[in-house]
Amino acid sequence: MITIVDYGAGNIRSVQRACAEIGIQSVVVSTPADLQNAERIIFPGVGAAPTAMETLGRTGLSASLKRSFELGIPILGICLGAQIVLDSSEEGDTPCLRLIPGSAVRFKLRDKLLKIPHMGWNTVKVIQPHPLLEGIEQEDEFYFVHSYYPQPANRENIYAVSDYGIEFCSALGYRNLFAVQFHPEKSGRLGLQILEHFAKWGGNVPAESAENRGQ
Amino acid sequence: MLSKRLIVCLDVREGKLAKSIKFVNTKDIGDPVEKARQYYEDGVDELVFYDIAASKNNREIMLNFVEAVASQIFIPFSVGGGIRSVEDATKLRLAGAEKVNINTAAVKRKELISEIARAIGSQSTVLSMDVRRTQETRGIPSGYEIVINDGTTPTGIDALEWAKSGETLGAGELVVNSIDADGTKEGYELKLTRMIADHVGIPVIASGGAGKPEHVYEAFTIGHADGALVASIVHYGNYTCRQLKEYLYNRGVKVRTRF
Repeated sequence: MITIVDYGAGNIRSVQRACAEIGIQSVVVSTPADLQNAERIIFPGVGAAPTAMETLGRTGLSASLKRSFELGIPILGICLGAQIVLDSSEEGDTPCLRLIPGSAVRFKLRDKLLKIPHMGWNTVKVIQPHPLLEGIEQEDEFYFVHSYYPQPANRENIYAVSDYGIEFCSALGYRNLFAVQFHPEKSGRLGLQILEHFAKWGGNVPAESAENRGQ
Repeated sequence: MLSKRLIVCLDVREGKLAKSIKFVNTKDIGDPVEKARQYYEDGVDELVFYDIAASKNNREIMLNFVEAVASQIFIPFSVGGGIRSVEDATKLRLAGAEKVNINTAAVKRKELISEIARAIGSQSTVLSMDVRRTQETRGIPSGYEIVINDGTTPTGIDALEWAKSGETLGAGELVVNSIDADGTKEGYELKLTRMIADHVGIPVIASGGAGKPEHVYEAFTIGHADGALVASIVHYGNYTCRQLKEYLYNRGVKVRTRF
């Protein structure tokens, strides 16, 4: 059973439908009480960081999510959910959840031919193995819609990168938290595959990637 | 870098599939949800559903249809046809459409573009424009005129000017549909596509006229389009989406090839 957090930021139903497609039961929750019993959490979101953080704070979901993270519950952040797990967002100078060191920053593209938002299919290059990214090959593409992107402070938290004028982090993680800037629920079979991996993930990062990081 | 998008357009009338040729004599070609699923599995990047009977009272049918599509395909899709208000757009978005396309209603009242963009975001607001070749005049310097009501009514509005206004008003993407090329299978109106793509800062989708893989290639390379909309070329089994993409990939166009 996957628990999807609804904090008024985006189309929760598309994530639910994607879970249904691969035969995973899901439930949508919007209160800390309901989140408390979650065994696995998807933290989606589109829209603006300030509004999202305001809602998470007001409802108490913010504290609840942090607790789940500390308890080792597997968490998957999507899109805005991959940005507000960081310390802060440049969008409205918003303090965020501080689960992974770093901040979300806006694309500053010198090349006028590149448009903001970054919207469409783009290549995701895995730079560090992770159970959720298993099976992804060199030229595989995923669907993106965003104007800000996550910038983790430590390289060891970056698992995949994409190129849009600059190289940016498109997948990040720390312990039992993993987050993707793209939309796995809209990225066809390869996106659904990530959700399938997540449904089975125990929350551990394999030792080999820890070795890669020199730990 | 972003890939070029192959987009399949499905004309829908009361929940059934139809394909128009020069906008008249529409004929039925099957169940659109099933067809959508087939294209999804065959590697299409995006789908567009045009509700060609939308002006009648079939809004509920359409919303149910969108829900059904959203539970079957896991790539972005947009819906157009008869969208006249923020409420129409919001409902379709909530039913699972990633984007909504507005056309005639925006020509009649251009503020609608801004209103919808504010409600669901520019990235979800697509301005679809039907264009017909005409004489270059002072009022229509580009030689391309906007027509409405499924291509039946000329407006006296210059297509290039309208494209620029659309961007300024908040549209996040433009579909440029050539009435002259639509259904001919003789290729896109490349001059039109390129003219608009070179003058706006939002993605441009070429529409109307694709009859062979080379036409799609030309839409990207000569027409400078970000996406190419196809219909009959795939509906009647001439080519699969996979074949079109292989063709594009082999000619050096960046497209999504594993799906």
